[in-house]
Amino acid sequence: MSEQETEAGLAESLLRRAAPDRAEFEDLVIVPIFAVVVALILGALTMLATNVDLPTIGKSYLALVQGSVGSLNALSETLTAAAPLTLAGLGIALGFRAGLFNIGAEGQLLVGGMAAVITGFSFPGLPMAIHLPLALLAGAVAGGLYAGIAGWLRAATGAHEVILTIMLNLIAFRLVDYMLRLPWVQREGRADPISRSVLTSAELPRIFTWLDPNLRLHLGIVLTLAAVLLVHWVLFRTKLGFEFRASGAGPDAARYAGMRAGLLIVIVMAFAGALAGLAGANQVLGVLGRATPGFSSGIGFDAIAVALLGRSHPWGVLAAGLLFGALEAGGRQMQVSAGVSLDLIGIIQALIIAFIAAPLLVRAIFPWGFRRAAKAPKE
Amino acid sequence: MTKTKTGRIVTAAAVAATWAGASLAADFSACQVTDTGGIDDNSFNQTAWKGVEDAVSEFGVTGRYLESTAETDYEANINSLLGGECDIIITVGFLLGDATKKAAEANPEQMFSIVDFAYDPAIPNVLGQVYATDQAAFLAGYLAAGMTQTGTLGTFGGINIPPVTIFMDGFYRGAQYYNAQNGTSVTVLGWNPDTGEGLFTNNFESLDDGRAFAQNLYDEGADIVLPVAGPVGLGSAALADELGTDALKIVGVDADLYLTDPEKKHVYLTSITKRMDATVREVIALAQAGDFEGGVLVGTLENGGVDLAPFHDMEDLVPAELKEQVEAIRAGIIDGSIAVDG
Repeated sequence: MSEQETEAGLAESLLRRAAPDRAEFEDLVIVPIFAVVVALILGALTMLATNVDLPTIGKSYLALVQGSVGSLNALSETLTAAAPLTLAGLGIALGFRAGLFNIGAEGQLLVGGMAAVITGFSFPGLPMAIHLPLALLAGAVAGGLYAGIAGWLRAATGAHEVILTIMLNLIAFRLVDYMLRLPWVQREGRADPISRSVLTSAELPRIFTWLDPNLRLHLGIVLTLAAVLLVHWVLFRTKLGFEFRASGAGPDAARYAGMRAGLLIVIVMAFAGALAGLAGANQVLGVLGRATPGFSSGIGFDAIAVALLGRSHPWGVLAAGLLFGALEAGGRQMQVSAGVSLDLIGIIQALIIAFIAAPLLVRAIFPWGFRRAAKAPKE
Repeated sequence: MTKTKTGRIVTAAAVAATWAGASLAADFSACQVTDTGGIDDNSFNQTAWKGVEDAVSEFGVTGRYLESTAETDYEANINSLLGGECDIIITVGFLLGDATKKAAEANPEQMFSIVDFAYDPAIPNVLGQVYATDQAAFLAGYLAAGMTQTGTLGTFGGINIPPVTIFMDGFYRGAQYYNAQNGTSVTVLGWNPDTGEGLFTNNFESLDDGRAFAQNLYDEGADIVLPVAGPVGLGSAALADELGTDALKIVGVDADLYLTDPEKKHVYLTSITKRMDATVREVIALAQAGDFEGGVLVGTLENGGVDLAPFHDMEDLVPAELKEQVEAIRAGIIDGSIAVDG
């Protein structure tokens, strides 16, 4: 199968790398580990170049570990940051599997979050068992519909989904700005764009406050794990998932096999949008309790890296989401304990992604690491 | 017998407490959470951080900061400073109001202070720092109205929140006062204090927005612009630099931008300084001495919490008569004979 496709275009081969049919152990495990090591070394060199002394560099990497996994609070922060990245990343991974490059998670996340927040403050008196699922559902449906627009335009007119989703992102930014100023959305007594507060009955409850009231980890992490399982099931255990993968691997073959390509595109986009919308709902219902223009904070874009890093496999996306969450939480601690600039964390993150996206480069740097590893998984 | 023993224990405890107090003072730690825009924004966050730096060099405390890159960071950043490492946590910015309140109520033993927010009712472990910025902005508005060649002034803000619009209120009313005193009709574009509507970039980050908004105001005839948006104003300064200061002058905010933005220092007519550095330093001094109490600390013209910066390079451009009038108004505001709130 892969031989037949060697003629395929660059974009297609990129997509294939993002979503391999049979993931190799080396690519999935060894490459990321080495990529992290190289990125940390280069990060240290960057710090040296900006006049940070060696003890501080050591201290800052120690802080990175402590801040991400070193304590209960660190773990809680890592998971809190990982949840929305994983949810949105799952959606993007689904698109990759079906051969669609969905850049619109940020917009879908914003629209979904707005729907969730509006549902969340609108129905006082509802019991939590109804209100919370309703708010989550609103987020998923709104995100799904918004992404469905891009899917439909792609299927109906052939417009490229990259352009469509980027443009829809821009519309979503302004839509949120506008909606936050509507009198029935804007918080009373405030002139700046900020929504009313989500009612307690629609909040994703924090799950470990009985241990320590400052632990922010909320029920969204359970939702995230459920989504990972759901996506895994849909992709690998259902006919629909087979069709997704088939149309991603070979659109022409899929069409000849009788699959309705146009409909599939709309379904995939809607599914991806629903997951991004859930990520938005997760933020407003679990972390912020309200919406402001900046509530998406680039999660939808980071999620693209998460999906790539996770090789578009649900478990891979979860692992990548956790890594990004850990970098975010640990990066904060790097600032606190070592006084290292937050910008440096961004550099290290970018380096990790760059190296994972370039497995050949990592293999070239560590040739000895792969000769041995290559044999083990082939058994 | 028991009494003396108790007495002794109490004395011992008191001595121990004093000791503990002394050793605590040596490594008293002040931690700051910035708003978006960055610690090096030449303006808002940087001025507040300078207060900690001053306290570090003067009182020997240790200081550290955490930058917020997005609104989702506020609560997480405050949380990562909890856990006993910080004696006082200072949050910088109105938008951190919700997150600070939440953290303060969950951790009643932790001292907090927030710049630009006053809680009503007060929270016992939070000291708010607010500023009567409109007093200084009133002077700037009067001055700008006296300096304009086109009869048009411009202003725009970052986000439509009270600590921003109070600058614009004062600036607008200062210009109106000039009109009333001198029979002129200088107009102020970009803000109307009565409707609460005006020009806002809706962020505190984009220098491009600062440039574009200043360009729009300039195109509408404004030759002096007051950007109230932290680092966004640096974009406006870049435009003034290109157009030349005869065509466009900038009024700085928060810090004396002539000093903090040395590359473009020649474009600043003056700056409306909001001495967050002074109040932050004051709060740390109070906390270190054990005199910390929840409530509000207000910076005014009278106590130097807000002020008008020197004219620096434009000293000779400002007529002596106008300078005298501004000084007279300053005295009037301080003694209460001139009201700045319309």
